[in-house]
Amino acid sequence: MQLVLEKRAERSTAIAIASPLIAVALTLVTVGILFAIMGKNPITALYVYFIEPLTDPFSLAEIAVKATPLVMIAVGLSLCYIANIWNIGAEGQFLVGAIAGSWLAVRTNGTDAGAWVLPVMLILGALGGALYAMIPALCKIRFGASEILTSLMLVYVAYYGMDYLVRGPWRDPHGLNFPTTAPFDPAATVPALIDGSRLHAGTLVALVVVMIAAVMLGRTIMGFEIKLIGAAPRAARFSGFNSDQLVLLTFAVSGGLAGLAGIIEVAGPIGYLQPDISPGYGFTAIIVAFLGRLNPVGILIAGLFLALTFIGGENAEIAMKVPQDLTKVFQGILLFYVLACDSMIVYRIRLVSTFRNPVHA
Amino acid sequence: MEDDCGITHEPSNGLCCSGRCADNSMNDISLESPAPGAATKAEPLLRAIGITKQYGTFLANDEINLDLYPAEIHALLGENGAGKSTLVKVMYGLIQPTAGELQWLGQKTVLAGPSEARALGIGMVFQHFSLFENLTVGENVALGLAPKESFAAISARLEETARVYGLPLDPKRQVWRLSVGERQRIEIVRALMQNPKLLILDEPTAVLTPQEADLLFFVLGRLKSEGRAILYISHKLDEVKRLCDTATILRGGKKVATCNPKQESAASLARMMVGADIGEVKAASGRTTTVPRLVIHRLSLDPDDPHGTHLQEISLEVRGGEIVGIAGVAGNGQDELFSALSGERLASGEGAVVINGLAAGLLGVTERRRMGAAFVPEERLGHGTAPRMKLSENALLTGHAASGMVKHGFINKPATLAAVDRTTKSFDVRKAKRDPEAASLSGGNLQKFIVGREILREPGVLIVSQPTWGVDAGAAATIRQALIDLAGRGTAVLVVSQDLDELAEIADRIAVMFHGKLSEPLSAAEATREKLGLLMGGASANQSTAKTEASDAAGA
Repeated sequence: MQLVLEKRAERSTAIAIASPLIAVALTLVTVGILFAIMGKNPITALYVYFIEPLTDPFSLAEIAVKATPLVMIAVGLSLCYIANIWNIGAEGQFLVGAIAGSWLAVRTNGTDAGAWVLPVMLILGALGGALYAMIPALCKIRFGASEILTSLMLVYVAYYGMDYLVRGPWRDPHGLNFPTTAPFDPAATVPALIDGSRLHAGTLVALVVVMIAAVMLGRTIMGFEIKLIGAAPRAARFSGFNSDQLVLLTFAVSGGLAGLAGIIEVAGPIGYLQPDISPGYGFTAIIVAFLGRLNPVGILIAGLFLALTFIGGENAEIAMKVPQDLTKVFQGILLFYVLACDSMIVYRIRLVSTFRNPVHA
Repeated sequence: MEDDCGITHEPSNGLCCSGRCADNSMNDISLESPAPGAATKAEPLLRAIGITKQYGTFLANDEINLDLYPAEIHALLGENGAGKSTLVKVMYGLIQPTAGELQWLGQKTVLAGPSEARALGIGMVFQHFSLFENLTVGENVALGLAPKESFAAISARLEETARVYGLPLDPKRQVWRLSVGERQRIEIVRALMQNPKLLILDEPTAVLTPQEADLLFFVLGRLKSEGRAILYISHKLDEVKRLCDTATILRGGKKVATCNPKQESAASLARMMVGADIGEVKAASGRTTTVPRLVIHRLSLDPDDPHGTHLQEISLEVRGGEIVGIAGVAGNGQDELFSALSGERLASGEGAVVINGLAAGLLGVTERRRMGAAFVPEERLGHGTAPRMKLSENALLTGHAASGMVKHGFINKPATLAAVDRTTKSFDVRKAKRDPEAASLSGGNLQKFIVGREILREPGVLIVSQPTWGVDAGAAATIRQALIDLAGRGTAVLVVSQDLDELAEIADRIAVMFHGKLSEPLSAAEATREKLGLLMGGASANQSTAKTEASDAAGA
């Protein structure tokens, strides 16, 4: 008997919907085995990780707070990935967006600048992320440089740039030498949705982004162009679309959304700029984009699920004394299964009997 | 249909049916000892018994029996998708049959791969060559042979074989400098150097000029007289009638008949291939030509890849109501010309391409479509359509430029579906559901969809590349008729095709492309196969005089 991967005549819609669910199920089983190997009861551990956060209002708000940047970044990335353009550097664009917006917050700190500050910060954040994403985009168009490498390497440039700023010029003089800026003024802070909760208005921005992206991809000629360039580049050229322009556009949009997420994160839940503003949102968003099948609504659901792994990881660290890095292991395993299950949409596995007689001389 | 086949002879009823027959003298076929002709039916060299090949739910071959005899040219006829290639791949060990067996000289044989087939004495010349363009002829041949022979010995043997069969080849030439016909020669000589008892040729004349094809037939005749068996795959009926002793006809994966093609008419063979009568293409009566609607004026263009063709000063006028054909062997710049006309690549000056009286040389595809031009590229999947997208999306692919499918950037989905329905109805596109993915359609139906998509936009200028390549005969007739009718309504139609019969059927004037240059168009009446063939091979009035002068000079 032999396993054969066969191409399907048409994409299977059933598998397209089931694939992320199968991937999640396989991840849970694998993670359960990992817990067992670590000497923890898998059932208890999975409960602490994935169920307990859902029973507590504080944790639910936290999930929404964590899902906000993930969803915003992942929606932007999904546009790139649909068009077969590989922006891996959303983390860097997130950080640069945070820096660009924070610049205004730092400049106006302590002045009585009015309500215009926050909107301008958001615009600066989006612009900063978009411009930073132009570097790999232009290198790709002009020199044919692989955007995977350039965008990824620029993450580290952004990180150390920000590190320098908060340890140097932007450090809070009254901050006891901690590497942070001064806390942002209320005019430079994203308002909370519910008093006393960390849930903030940025979550609404994320929802609007999801809706706009869903309409854009499903209904407009620009969405069609993005899908066509990814699916059949030569047909796209025949259709009259320019792939270089699309590289610039998708990089600008995804960079802009990552930058916007960055400044919302800093001006919202955190409240000041400091080196550890992201637990790797820009990278986790890649998983979110694929788990959500590169579909805006799917990404919203996937973003909430991945946020759950962050919160569950924190819970488990406290309750079960497991290392927090386990969260990253989960996320990696999940991406692996998602990609594996996705190949079943276009292919199917069949068992084929082989009869191979020895060749006579 | 079987009754159409006069002398269906089923050789399995003949001399040897048990499969237990002992080897006889068939082993000593070689260049030195020509076997006797096919007068006495000997034991079959290769028998395919009940060959079945299943892909998923699709039966590519359904219990096919085929006997190949020494000193016989056996045609395998069938439309695209009839299962010819699958059967041949089984016989060459490239794929394993799901059921059925092969017998070589009466003995059951399992071919695990092409090398085992070659070891038995089966050689094959593929339709698509497997040659390294940057290597020389000798290096390419050496790569395909057993490594024990020295390179010098191989080169010598190559020249000897080429000379014996009258297929001149210089082992030191680089392949990219050679014409398609010469490249095929390499493949044939490479197969002959292994002294095969059975030679399989897959559509060998598809890429040849008529003169080159004649040379090939001569060589095949000689191979036959040496006692070799030849399996000749084709869908060109005239060729098969002229060349082959036996023909096996496949349709839809099944064997329809085995007959003597010389005793059949082309029409009866076609009927067996298609399973139905094919409609005659009728010329639209009273077609009048009007003003030039497509003008190409001294168009020159560098290739965008190193082995591409440089377009040189191409000029042509196509008037409304006229079909102009461009003939030529593949790879002489037709692809480059198509992308320069469609706007996928821009010309160097705006006047090089004029559409409906407007200079379009520097405008992109979308602008040219808005001027009333429409284009059908050669590749259906991946160029003309996005394979994994629905037909409605593929209607939008060219329709977004100018047909009310897009308003303020939003797609009018009902309009795209309506375009699919209109095309389906007018061109009889057969599909499983209303809006399937393009890749799920058969070649002929997808081509009807693509051609229909453009024709229903009623373009003023239509540029079509290989309109019926790899399409079944019924769909081909529909498409040709549609092109003629479109010209009848006043459109200027430019058809790029390698199929001379097709051009003879529909074109009013025919020009030939060779090495990136376009000849003066000949009227359909003057464009004989001989004339076109000479132009396709690079001869022109000027060149031949130049040659005479050169030889005069050398002689002086």
